[in-house]
Amino acid sequence: MSNIDARGYAHPEVLVSTDWVAQHLNDPSIRIVESNEDTLLYASGHVPGAVNVDWTADLNDQLRRDYITREGFEQLMSRIGATKDTTVVFYGDKNNWWACYAFWVFQLFGHSNARVMDGGRIKWEKEKRPLTRDVPSYAKTTYKADDRADAKHRAFRDDVLAHMQAKRQLVDVRSPDEYAGTRLHMPDYPNEGAIRGGHIPGAKSIPWARAINPDDGTFKTADELKKIYCEEKQLSPSQPTIAYCRIGERSSHTWFALKYLLGFESIRNYDGSWTEWGNMVNVPIEK
Amino acid sequence: MPLSKLETLLETFDMFPDPADRTNLLLDYADQFREVPPEVATRPFPESHHVPQCESDAYIWAMKNPDGTLKLYFAVENPSGVSAKALATILDRTLSGQPARDIATVDCGIVERIFRRNISMGKGMGLMAMVDGVRALAKRALEDKSANGSSTDAE
Repeated sequence: MSNIDARGYAHPEVLVSTDWVAQHLNDPSIRIVESNEDTLLYASGHVPGAVNVDWTADLNDQLRRDYITREGFEQLMSRIGATKDTTVVFYGDKNNWWACYAFWVFQLFGHSNARVMDGGRIKWEKEKRPLTRDVPSYAKTTYKADDRADAKHRAFRDDVLAHMQAKRQLVDVRSPDEYAGTRLHMPDYPNEGAIRGGHIPGAKSIPWARAINPDDGTFKTADELKKIYCEEKQLSPSQPTIAYCRIGERSSHTWFALKYLLGFESIRNYDGSWTEWGNMVNVPIEK
Repeated sequence: MPLSKLETLLETFDMFPDPADRTNLLLDYADQFREVPPEVATRPFPESHHVPQCESDAYIWAMKNPDGTLKLYFAVENPSGVSAKALATILDRTLSGQPARDIATVDCGIVERIFRRNISMGKGMGLMAMVDGVRALAKRALEDKSANGSSTDAE
């Protein structure tokens, strides 16, 4: 279903179609941002006018395992020529994992004027829409960001431990084998250092990909999502919820779906995820 | 010197420590990618030629030349498979025309040397699997002494 408004989402305004993006390529109030896992993809061709935001170089602190500071975010927004009034539209590879991740990091700084392009880069490509290697240049802006406010959108290990002990809703969005502890990483991905396998006790296994239509990567309708998350897995949108995966990118995708498409009232992303939990000493693990 | 073309290419990549320069170099190779010709294989490509772990859906073929050397062919089904196309072109340029015994010794470490920071988490395993697949076909060609002038029979 291409008509996003007809899908019954709680906040349909955060999702835009490839058609919508195509119609706004020259809109100065819009900044299109590509965020990928594959570092070659943007350079190989991108949506005309789109800027590249790299999840490691642009969004992560280069020393600590943390995100950029307020000053770093201000510099990033200045570089991409965005003001607080700019509508930032994210898209990327891997069915928008990194687009949702970047969207999530932007929310830590309160830039709520943000959207995700439904279906991501692969849908744009399959529709044979234009791609260019021309890197756009936008006049630098002065962007005054809020201090990073993690509490609303981000969960830390102690939050997760308390959440787990209170038997609140936890969603493990990794593959079933990772959840079961039979592998420590995604199929075809390297093991990035988790010592123990399994899942956080009480977490429900709902792999991220269940939220999308496999043929074009678009999000399922609200009714279809409710059947999975609320009926089959018995999650309540009114209850505090934490999603996690391996490093927080796949769970950003689920965070986006639960918060904006199903209207979960309190949903946080645990970006420490399994690379933190699976290495911590003396925390409970289930298999 | 065995695989001197490959070594020369690796030395060329070493001269480009800047990620942006390296990206452009890799894109040049990706742009030069040529898919396996229909006289060698047509869709649907057989699963036996599919590279496991490669999210770009790469396929590899190796044909024996009359002199015993190999000619490599590739297909990359994912339209976003830029890295796989770049590596396929590099492997073809540097290994095709080489004896199977030399190709069988190629080290998967060349992937890291070529891609460096341009290697993403998901790509690395798949690209190394491509090199592994080439090595496996070369080893099979060595074992297949009776198949002179034919496909290395990876089916």
